Amino acid sequence: MLTDIPEPSQTKMPRAQHTLRWRSRLWAVGGLVVVLAAAVALATSVGSADISFFTVWEILFSKLPFLNIDYKGDERIEDIILTIRLPRVVLAGLVGASLAVAGATYQGLFRNPLADPYLIGVSQGALLGAVIGFVIPGIGDNLTDFGVVPTLAFVGAMGAVITVYLIARSGKSLPVTTLILAGVALGAWLSAISHYLMLQSDDGKLHAIVSWMFGHIDDEWNQVLTVLPFALIGICIIWLYARPLNVMQLDEEQAQQLGINVERTKLILLACSTLITAVSVAFCGIIGFVGIIVPHAVRLIWGPDHRFLLPLSTLVGAIFLIMADTVVRTITDPESIPIGVITASVGAPFFLFLLWKKKRGTFF
Amino acid sequence: MLKLENISLGYGKQDILTDINLSVERGEMLGIIGPNGSGKSTLVKGICRLLIPRTGRVFVDGKDVAGISRSKLARIAAVVPQTPNLPDTFTAFEIVLMGRTPHLGRFRFEGNRDFDIAWKAMEITNTQSIAERRIDEISGGQKQLLTIARALAQEPKLILLDEPTAHLDINYQIETLDFVRGLCSQQHIAAMAVLHDLNLAAQYCDRLALLSKGSIQAEGSPQEVITEQNVKEVYGANVCVYPHPVNGLPTTVIMPGESNQTAE
Repeated sequence: MLTDIPEPSQTKMPRAQHTLRWRSRLWAVGGLVVVLAAAVALATSVGSADISFFTVWEILFSKLPFLNIDYKGDERIEDIILTIRLPRVVLAGLVGASLAVAGATYQGLFRNPLADPYLIGVSQGALLGAVIGFVIPGIGDNLTDFGVVPTLAFVGAMGAVITVYLIARSGKSLPVTTLILAGVALGAWLSAISHYLMLQSDDGKLHAIVSWMFGHIDDEWNQVLTVLPFALIGICIIWLYARPLNVMQLDEEQAQQLGINVERTKLILLACSTLITAVSVAFCGIIGFVGIIVPHAVRLIWGPDHRFLLPLSTLVGAIFLIMADTVVRTITDPESIPIGVITASVGAPFFLFLLWKKKRGTFF
Repeated sequence: MLKLENISLGYGKQDILTDINLSVERGEMLGIIGPNGSGKSTLVKGICRLLIPRTGRVFVDGKDVAGISRSKLARIAAVVPQTPNLPDTFTAFEIVLMGRTPHLGRFRFEGNRDFDIAWKAMEITNTQSIAERRIDEISGGQKQLLTIARALAQEPKLILLDEPTAHLDINYQIETLDFVRGLCSQQHIAAMAVLHDLNLAAQYCDRLALLSKGSIQAEGSPQEVITEQNVKEVYGANVCVYPHPVNGLPTTVIMPGESNQTAE
């Protein structure tokens, strides 16, 4: 067919440029993996107990297979690293990665730069669940019981999105504008109930709810082990849909004409990104900013191709939240600043700087 | 190549098209003409299964469209949409490369062959010079050409064009239809084009189908379809139809002040 047409003379030009851009993006992926490893090591070495950087590396490497490094130092230090600091750092990384990749997916699905992972009811549903967990006598009295609040928050988040989905679906298709409107409306309603319940509760509970809301990262391996499978599987499935997501940036009709099963793609991406967001929110509260700004920053720097946007957002999200949590642990003692405050106060100026530097009118 | 058997199409409870029978052979270009709202674009949607026909069957390359997957259909038939909605931040080359989508598995990145095909499609459509430009930096006409290049990159056997010249200047109109015509005769691709302009339709299409109120009013060679009588009946416009001075094909000439709606 088209290959029968004689070879044009300048064929090599765009391919060279194209490959060049790909190479720089691949370097970025590799570089960010290294930065992530460094961030994990740095974050685990910082804390109230004074442990040297090299001890931390030694302990971490001794746990990696095939390296045959033995740590023969103080067991209490090993304990602090492995049971207090490491789970917290890993959880921050997983949640940061989940929120950023879910945000990128929502923005791509809705073709809307204002979309974030909380757009269609996850956060408001989770908040109502959590508030119920905190204020209703009998289930929420014990504020340190982390079994109740995460469970209700997760149920609330998923319940809200499933309701929105059922309302918006018409026949076999899912119009995204209806989905957003239904999400915003249901979210407003759920928030109203939550706010009412919050105002009815006493000051102690109100404070607990508000700090839950703005986000916190705990240091418990069982939370990490619950989040891990959701995050890994969810993120991997989303990555596999990167090219369909690219083609869907045209519009849904053109994507279908190019052979994409648009409705199935929407459903799978929506389910995965909602699930990883809901699990994150259940344990760590409504951490703002990561899900909307990280994908935009990545897009501004490395372009809109989802095959790079999604993995790069995953890495940058993880690094960003690990560093933000490290700031929370070091500058506040006892911890009184929620992590959401840090993500916004550090991330916003950086993003404004990017906007000012790139001076771009369009984002999609 | 394309065969429609008793197709009826509609939205909700309303029928737009009823009992349409049409066929397009390899190397042939069929033009669909008719006034606004006569169901021209709906017909294109029905063929590429954006709209599932109520009754009747669509055959593409001898296969019933209802029985094949979307990506298989996209390897046989490419669509050039009426308004090219393209995402602003992608480059022109990336858009054309998207035409390779139906040929690639989920885990495969584009290879050199895909780059070559996309690049050649850009050469044919004369868009190589804007290959590295972002979509928000190029004109509407160039976007239209890119959607045609993207369709060519699909390596289709059938190409459906929904008013491909609507946003183009006269030189691009001629250029675009010249090479669609060329593709038909040289590469034996079948083409079905929805066209607004009766003169372009007469000059470029082997056969024409004139739609009116959901059914085919006239079908045949341009001489048979474009007559003063047909245009008056279907469009309600008084025109003169003359033979083209060079090739003798019917040429419609408008008559100002002769519309039926003219105020007395």
